[in-house]
Amino acid sequence: MNFSEAFKLSSLLCRFSPDGKYLASCVQYRLVVRDVSTLQIRQLYTCLDQIQHIEWSADSLFILCAMYRRGLVQVWSLEQPEWHCKIDEGSAGLVASCWSPDGRHILNTTEFHLRITVWSLCTKSVSYIKYPKACQQGVTFTRDGRYMALAERRDCKDYVSIFVCSDWQLLRHFDTDTQDLAGIEWAPNGCVLAVWDTCLEYKILLYSLDGRLLSAYCAYEWSLGIKSVAWSPSSQFLAVGSYDGKVRLLNHVTWKMITEFGHPAAINNPKIVVYKEVEKGPPLGLGRLSFPPPLPLAAPLSASESKYEIASVPVSLQTLKPATDRANPRMGVGMLAFSADSYFLATRNDNVPNTVWVWDIQKLRLFVVLEQLAPVRSFLWDPQQPRLAICTGGSKVYLWSPAGCMSVQVPGEGDFPVLSLCWHSSGDSLALLSKDHFCLCFLDTEEGVHTALEQRDSHA
Amino acid sequence: MGDWMTITDPGLSAESKNISQYTSETKMSPSSLYSQQVLCSSIPLSKNVHSFFSAFCTEENIEQSISYLDQELTTFGFPSLYEESKSKDTKRELNIVAVLNCMNELLVLQRKNLLAQENVETKNLKLGSDMDHLQNCYAKLKEQLETSRREMIGLQERDRQLQCKNRNLHQLLKNEKDEVQKLQNIIASRATQYNHDMKRKEREYNKLKERLHQLVMNKKDKKITMDVLNYVGRADGKRGSWRTGKTEARNEDEMYKILLNDYEYRQKQILMENAELKKVLQQMKKEMISLLSPQKKKPRERADDSTGTVISDVEEDAGELTRENMWDLSCETVREQLTNSIRKQWRILKSHVEKLDNQVSKVHLEGFNDEDVISRQDHEQETEKLELEIQQCKEMIKTQQQLLQQQLATACDDDTTSLLRDCYLLEEKERLKEEWSLFKEQKKNFEKERRNFTEAAIRLGLERKAFEEERASWLKQQFLNMTTFDHQNSENVKLFSAFSGSSDRDNLIVHSRTQQKKPHSVSNGSPVCISKLTKSLPASPSTSDFCPTRSCVSEHSSINVLNITPEETTPNQVGRECTNQKWSIASRPGSQEGCYSGCSLTYTNSHVEKDDLP
Repeated sequence: MNFSEAFKLSSLLCRFSPDGKYLASCVQYRLVVRDVSTLQIRQLYTCLDQIQHIEWSADSLFILCAMYRRGLVQVWSLEQPEWHCKIDEGSAGLVASCWSPDGRHILNTTEFHLRITVWSLCTKSVSYIKYPKACQQGVTFTRDGRYMALAERRDCKDYVSIFVCSDWQLLRHFDTDTQDLAGIEWAPNGCVLAVWDTCLEYKILLYSLDGRLLSAYCAYEWSLGIKSVAWSPSSQFLAVGSYDGKVRLLNHVTWKMITEFGHPAAINNPKIVVYKEVEKGPPLGLGRLSFPPPLPLAAPLSASESKYEIASVPVSLQTLKPATDRANPRMGVGMLAFSADSYFLATRNDNVPNTVWVWDIQKLRLFVVLEQLAPVRSFLWDPQQPRLAICTGGSKVYLWSPAGCMSVQVPGEGDFPVLSLCWHSSGDSLALLSKDHFCLCFLDTEEGVHTALEQRDSHA
Repeated sequence: MGDWMTITDPGLSAESKNISQYTSETKMSPSSLYSQQVLCSSIPLSKNVHSFFSAFCTEENIEQSISYLDQELTTFGFPSLYEESKSKDTKRELNIVAVLNCMNELLVLQRKNLLAQENVETKNLKLGSDMDHLQNCYAKLKEQLETSRREMIGLQERDRQLQCKNRNLHQLLKNEKDEVQKLQNIIASRATQYNHDMKRKEREYNKLKERLHQLVMNKKDKKITMDVLNYVGRADGKRGSWRTGKTEARNEDEMYKILLNDYEYRQKQILMENAELKKVLQQMKKEMISLLSPQKKKPRERADDSTGTVISDVEEDAGELTRENMWDLSCETVREQLTNSIRKQWRILKSHVEKLDNQVSKVHLEGFNDEDVISRQDHEQETEKLELEIQQCKEMIKTQQQLLQQQLATACDDDTTSLLRDCYLLEEKERLKEEWSLFKEQKKNFEKERRNFTEAAIRLGLERKAFEEERASWLKQQFLNMTTFDHQNSENVKLFSAFSGSSDRDNLIVHSRTQQKKPHSVSNGSPVCISKLTKSLPASPSTSDFCPTRSCVSEHSSINVLNITPEETTPNQVGRECTNQKWSIASRPGSQEGCYSGCSLTYTNSHVEKDDLP
C-alpha cells in the first residue's frame, strides 16, 4: 500500500471522474483537475467564488462547480479549456445543483424549493419544474439515465413525477400515500421506485415505473421509523434501516421482509468474528523515555498506531445512551451499504457509533463486526470487489475484506485526520480527504505501486 | 413436659391399679385374704386407736370392751377372742392365744398399712408435682395461645392492609391506564391539530412561495441567465427533437418496453429457478422411489394400501416422463401430479422414518435399561470371576513352584535339566514327563533295535569273515588257477548277488546309506520344526540322548521329502512378501506341510546319522 503526497483541498471537494482518468479537487475558488495515473495537474480553472459543490458529468467531459452563496454555477470543459459556461440563478437563489445523466443538462434547485430549473448546454431551452419537495432525497435518476423521479409537494400532498430525461417530458405523475415523504430511490434496474415516509412513521412504498403501487411495507407503528434505505446492486434486496436499530431486508418478488438484522450491543455467537481495534503500545526504548512522562490524554488519539485484534466472544460493544428528548436522536441504523457484488451489507447503528457490522447476505446472518477506537465517520465499498474502506476521523484508514482487515496509518509529517473517502472506479486507489488536504492511497496492485513510484520520481 | 408425663403415667396407673386391687379385694372379702382386707378397711381405725384408747377400756368395762372387741373382730372376720364354749350357758372364756394372734395380725396389718400409707403419700406427692407441672404447661400453652392469637390478629391486620394496598394499586393502575388512554387521546388530538396546523402553515407557505415565485420569476429577472461560450452537441450526437404527441407515445412505448424487458427477465429467472426446483423434485422423487420400493417388498402387508397406488402412480409418471418432456410443460396438471406423488411418498417416508425412530428409541431405551442392569451384574460377576481366576493362578503358581523345586531337586543331575529349565508351566512339565517316559521307551526300543542291529552286524561280520575266508579260499583256488585281472568285476557281481539275497534289515541299512549325503545338505537349510504330530520337545537333534523311534521315520519316501523341501521355502517367502491375505492364507497349508515334511526329514537325518555312528 502506497500513499501519494498530500495535496491541498477545501470543503472536502474531491471527485474522481466517472471514467477514472481524472481527479478534480477544489482549493477555495480554484478547481484543479489531475491525471489519476501521474497526479500531474491537467487543468486548472478559477471560479468566481469559493466552490461549494462540484460534480462530473457522466461522460467525464464537464465539471460543474456550484457557488450556492452567489447563486452561481460554473461549468468547465476538460477538452476545451477555453470553453466556459456560467449560470446565474439571480435573486431566486440556489440550494442544489446537479447534472442530468446525459451530461448536457444541469438541474438547479432554487431557494425555498420554488422550482427546479433545467438548463441545457445544447440548446437555449430552459425548463422549469415547479413544486419540488424539500426533503432528504427528492431527486433520483435511474442508473441507465433514462428517467428521473422527483418528489413533489402540492396542496399538502406528496406526489412523485417521473420524467424522461432525454426531453424532460413528464411520463407519470402520481400521489403517494405518505404523510411527509422523506426520500425516493430507484432500484438499480430502473423499474422500481422506493418511496419512504418521514421518520415519524415507518412506511416504505414501492412503485413501478408506470406508477402502479407494487407494495407497501410497515414494520411497526408509533415509534420513530425509517432512517436509511439502500438497494442491493442486484435489485434483489431493499435494506431498510430504522430507528429501532434494525435492518429489514425486503425481497423483490413479494416485497415482504426476508429477515431482520438486529444490532445487539453484546455479541455471543462464536461464529461471528469480532475485530477490535486496539492501540499499539509505542515501542519502549530508553531514548524515547522522557521525564516527566507525557500525559496519555495529551497525545492525540490518532497519533498512535493501532491494529486489529480478534476479540473472543462474548463481546460487549461500546454503546451510546441516546438522548431521546432531543430531535434526531443518535440511534438506529443511519448508514448502510451493499458491496458491489451484493454479497455483503455494511451497517452502522448510530448508538453504537464505533462499530461497523458486516452481514453476509448469502447466508442472511451477521458475518463480521469491526469495533473501532473512534466513531465511524463513513465507510464505502470498493466498486469492484467486496472490500470496505472505513474512516473514523483519525489519521488511519481501515480496510476490511473477507480475508481479514487492517488498519493503515496515513504517512507524512503532521496529523492527517481522514474525514471522508472516495474510491476510484477501478478499486485500485482511494482518495483520503481531510479538512484541508487530500492524498491518494494506492492499494497493492502492480499498477498502483508503479504509478506511485513514478509520481514520487516526478516530484523528486 | 409431655415426655415427663408419658413417663410418669404408667407408674401412676400401676399404683392406682394396686389401689383398685385392694379395694376390690375388700369388697370380695374372701375368707382366704381376710387379714389384709381387714387392715385395709380399718386404716382410720388404727389411727384413732391411740387417741381414745384410754377412754375405751377401763377397769370396769373390761368385759364389755372385750366383748365389744370380740364382736368387732368377728365382724371383721377375725376368729373370736373367746374360747369355744361347749354349752351356751357357760360363760365364755377369753382365749389369750387368739387375742395374741389377733394382736399380732393387727400389728402386721398395721405395719403393712403404714407402708402402704407411705407409698400413697409419695404417690400423692408425685401426683402433686405432676399436677404442678401440668398446670405450668397449661399456663404456658395458654400464653402461647394468646401470643398466636395476637399474631393471627396482626397477620389479619396486615392482610387487610395489603389488600387495601392492592386495591389502591389496582386503582392506581386503572388511573394510569386511564391516563395513558387520555395521553394517547391527547397525542392523537395534538397530532391531528399539528397536522392541521402544518397544513395551514404549508398552505400559507405555498401561498408565499407562489407570491415569491411571481415576484422573482415573472419580473423578467435579467440576472437569471446562462452565459455559454457556445452550445455543445448532445451526448448522443443527435439533434434535439420537438416535443409532440408522437414523442409522448414513443416515451410510453419505451417505458413499457423497459418494464416488459424487466418482467421477461424476471420471468426467465423464475422459470429457470422453477426448472431447477422441478429437477430437484424429480430427482428427489426418483430417489424416494428407489429408497422406498425395496422396503415395500418386505412389509407388503402393511403398506399395500398406500404404497401400491403410489408405485403405480410413479410408474405412470415415469411412463409419461419418457413420453414427453415434462419440464417444458409447466401446466398445472403435471405440477399437481408431481407434487402429489412427492407428497405421498414424503408421507410414507416420514411415517417410515418415524417408525424407525420409534424402534430405535425403544431399542435404545431397552438397551439402556438392560445395559444398566446387566452392567452391574456383569461387573460383579466379572470381579468374582477375576478373583477366582486370580486365586487359581496363585494356586497354579504355587504348585508350579513346588513342582519346579521338586524337579530341580530330583533332576538336577539329569541330562534334561537344561530342557526343564526352559519350561515353566505345569502342563508342559507333565507333558514333558509323559514325553520323557515315551522317549525312554522309545530309547529302550532303539537300544533293542541297536542291539539287534549290532547283533546283525556281528553276524554280518561273522558272515563276512566266513565269506572272506571263503573268498580267500576261493581266491587261493583262483590264484592257483587263473590270473589276477578279473578280480574286481567278479567281486562286484558277487556283492550284488549277495545283497539281493540278504534280509530286510540289510536292505534298510544300504538304503539309508545311499540317502545319507543328499538329505544332509538339505537339513542344514530347513528350519527345525516343533510338530504336534510327534509332540516333540523343542529339542534340537544335537541333544545327545535324542533318539527318534522308527515310527518317526515317516511314510514319506526320501525322494518325496526332497521334493517337498523346496516347496516349503518358496511358499513361505511368497507369504511373507505378498501383502494379499489370500495369498498368505493359501500358502500356509503348504508351508505347514513343508514343516511337517521338514520335521520328518530331520528325523530321518538323525536316524541316518545315528545309524552311521557305530
